[in-house]
Amino acid sequence: MSTPTNESLDVFVKGLWRENPVFVMLLGMCPVLAVTNSVINALAMGLATLFVLVMSSALVSLLRNVIPKQVRIATYIVIIATFVTVVDYSIQAISLEVYLALGAFIQLIVVNCIILGRAEAFASKNGIGKSILDALGMGIGFTFALLCLGGVRELLGNGSLLDINILGPHFEPWSVMILPPGGFFVLGAWLLLFSWLKERSERRKTEKEASHVG
Amino acid sequence: MEQQAIPAAPVANPRKMVAVLSGVAALSGLLIVGIFQFTAPFIEANREAMIERAVFKVVPGGTEKQVYGFDENSVSPDPTAARFGDRFYAVYDDNNTLKGVALETSGQGYQDVIRILYGYDPVRQVVTGMTVLESKETPGLGDKISKDPNFVANFDALDATVDPGTGDLAHSITVVKNGKKEHAWEIDGITGATISSKAIGAMMDQGLKTSLPRLLPHLDKLKKAAL
Repeated sequence: MSTPTNESLDVFVKGLWRENPVFVMLLGMCPVLAVTNSVINALAMGLATLFVLVMSSALVSLLRNVIPKQVRIATYIVIIATFVTVVDYSIQAISLEVYLALGAFIQLIVVNCIILGRAEAFASKNGIGKSILDALGMGIGFTFALLCLGGVRELLGNGSLLDINILGPHFEPWSVMILPPGGFFVLGAWLLLFSWLKERSERRKTEKEASHVG
Repeated sequence: MEQQAIPAAPVANPRKMVAVLSGVAALSGLLIVGIFQFTAPFIEANREAMIERAVFKVVPGGTEKQVYGFDENSVSPDPTAARFGDRFYAVYDDNNTLKGVALETSGQGYQDVIRILYGYDPVRQVVTGMTVLESKETPGLGDKISKDPNFVANFDALDATVDPGTGDLAHSITVVKNGKKEHAWEIDGITGATISSKAIGAMMDQGLKTSLPRLLPHLDKLKKAAL
């Protein structure tokens, strides 16, 4: 991480994998469990969050030297709420069906802890370029996680992906998968897979070092 | 030994706080008004398109619609009639023949209020279709009221004959257990969505009983209007 390009790449990439907001930091569980019953809902929610995250991080970073410390949280919330309202109207203008499917969860992006967390922990201390990269990484990581859940849940719970039937007419859908318990099952399974992958790569690393020494 | 100075806590400047908060709030207000103004026509067009699709779905064979409103004791073309209450749609085909009317009704479902649109053919006196406009029913269970093709098929020709003597429905619309449908005015319910499917039956029964007596005496008005 010596050159600046490497550093900014790292800022971007860490949200995708090493510090993935859902699979590693376990943040924003409410929308993760609630709206991932189909791929299209997961995608819309992920993109909406990504947009709010990037825009509010950029603005918070721009204003970071102007905002007095005592009122910073109030200011962040006003900024985040503004962009959430922008997203809310935009989704209504693009597709009412998606808007109705997502219900109250669009408005609830305001209190999504990933966004306030990045504003407080990163954007308020870093320049605008880095803040946008960080927000992009986190937002894409969040969208990726939502798609992981949405894909499995729609496939098993409805036999389809993006409303295109995959498993054929003889497949009996597992209704539980699109109900709230299914969200917990699938999230648990993904977390298991992720921590197994992480453990394996760490074990390999230590084995490699050991053989190197030996 | 010299005493080290304790750094004073940064003093909050109230003027600056107020200025920053007002500034951010003003910026936010501007952005929201801007996006509202910009998206309003698109959202309105989406709503219209959604209703239009729904109207032609529940009244098969129609190509043109006219918004009507119920007033004191008659009906008249009134595009400004309030949705969910005083408004209905008359649907005509290419030859300006009245194919049927589409009416909105609503009732309490399992999660929240369900709003539906249904078509009615005043000549055959049957319900010709039903579509759910708004519902928050449980995905996978209650939302079968709009997704289960067998349930939706109940409304392709649901008997809603009006008793000429009383002006009321000859038979109330009732929801029966799945597979137990015997009469043309019964709705085959959904196993696993009992409350939601019963709610649809009840709101349709209610809607027909309140709307038909106000509508049927003025059928001629609907027929003439298209000419």
